Amino acid sequence: MSMTARQRSLTIKAIQLIVLVVAVAALVLATNWGKVGKTFFNFGEVAPMFPDVILVGMRNTVLYTLGAFAFGLVLGLILALMRRSEFGPYRWIATAFIEFFRGVPALLVMLVVGFGVPMAFEVKWPLWVNVILALGLVSSAYIAETLRAGLQAVPKGQLEAARSLGMPQWRAMITIVIPQAFKIVLPPLTNEIILLTKDSSLVYVLGVMATQYEMTKFANDGINQYNAGITPLVVGGLLYLVLTLPLTALSRWFERTTQATSRAPKRATEAAKKEEVAA
Amino acid sequence: MTQSVRQAAAAGVRISDLRKSYGDNEVLKGIDLEVSPGEVVCLIGPSGSGKSTLLRCINLLEQPNGGAIEVGGYAVTDPDVDVDQMRTKVGMVFQQFNLFPHLTVLGNCTVAQTKVLKRAKAEAERTALSELEAVGLGHLAHRYPGELSGGQQQRVAIARALAMNPSLMLFDEPTSALDPETVGDVLAIMRKLAQAGMTMVVVTHEMGFAKEVADKVVFMDGGVVVEQGVAAEVIGNPQQARTKDFLRRVLDPNHVVVEED
Repeated sequence: MSMTARQRSLTIKAIQLIVLVVAVAALVLATNWGKVGKTFFNFGEVAPMFPDVILVGMRNTVLYTLGAFAFGLVLGLILALMRRSEFGPYRWIATAFIEFFRGVPALLVMLVVGFGVPMAFEVKWPLWVNVILALGLVSSAYIAETLRAGLQAVPKGQLEAARSLGMPQWRAMITIVIPQAFKIVLPPLTNEIILLTKDSSLVYVLGVMATQYEMTKFANDGINQYNAGITPLVVGGLLYLVLTLPLTALSRWFERTTQATSRAPKRATEAAKKEEVAA
Repeated sequence: MTQSVRQAAAAGVRISDLRKSYGDNEVLKGIDLEVSPGEVVCLIGPSGSGKSTLLRCINLLEQPNGGAIEVGGYAVTDPDVDVDQMRTKVGMVFQQFNLFPHLTVLGNCTVAQTKVLKRAKAEAERTALSELEAVGLGHLAHRYPGELSGGQQQRVAIARALAMNPSLMLFDEPTSALDPETVGDVLAIMRKLAQAGMTMVVVTHEMGFAKEVADKVVFMDGGVVVEQGVAAEVIGNPQQARTKDFLRRVLDPNHVVVEED
């Protein structure tokens, strides 16, 4: 039997489609839809959880995330600058710190900081401080590496030009180099805040009080509170998407705009033109 | 730009036995150079001759390993010198412009005035606009550098330096990265600046400009000054074999010119 290339391609596509339809049909027929609906999508039953999961849970998730991100950003910037320092000990300390907190699980850091810090240092500050401390430490390690890449991507001539105008090193960094570095790393930084939003769910391991619950805790408790299978978890998941999907969109938007207004494109085109002229 | 010259007295430069090495590679092997106030000196020479390094030593973008540099009687190589203070008096123009891409043209020309010289915003903007007008780009004050051509960017870079009212201007191959058709605009501004009495040290491959504008031409090769003197003499009637050879390569249109970096 001989087929043209076109026929062969069509046949293959048809076979794939048939297999897919058969598989989906088998799944649909074999599934007890009533039971699936009751387990996953029993939204009517869990309606009472909504005021709290949003007003308390989502509020706390956002609070923990933003707090940890702010702390992580400041610490990350310091670490990034230390890693680029000409003073050896700064570099070593920063490198050790970053490798440590990138290498251990966030859950472990949460437990150690949440239980260990109040015990060892006999401090009695509110829980959210420990949460922000723990999550911020972990994220600062990632943010530091991101920012370091951003600082490296700013051409050396920028610092030279700023210094030539009489700016001291710190002023040149703050006014000229760091703003450009941040612009370059906006997309990966948005990524980092998305990761933090999800990591804030780890707070539940600290045995928190009702007013400190974030969304995952509400969702988890909801399983026992309502006779709706794991629908509360589905609700929790959807609420995370409400927070993270806009951030993903924002990250894409940043990526597009930073590409559109690409920095200092003249160099390459002019070098190319120069070669053209010389040739 | 006449304004800046009016406000700051032109400074001279005195360089003696200047040495600079990168590891084992000695780039400047004892340079002596004198630039009088208001004088225009062009540094010429083949790639790797050390002319850019010499220029960058004057405002300490490169730290010399030996010798002394004085700018306007101010010993910049003194270990106790306030480098940042000195740099406000020494304008620098780079081959790659190095405008700040996240600031507007006006922002580029005001940022150091306000942050370093502590001028009021209004005064800084007035100075910046007058310098931008002088380079013919006042109408682009609110654009970003990325929207400008190379020649326009370099003119902004000159205005940015002049807005600080320097008493000395350093130019590091200011036209080497430009499209040929925009080179003339930048050279015209430099010519006007020279006529206004600014002290200028210019690393350049533009022999026509050097011959016409420079009071003195310094030919460097292999980290030493091979020949220096009145522009027309050095370019028109070179005495040293190395200078003759270099100028033949640069000036002879039939000679294959190897593009420098």
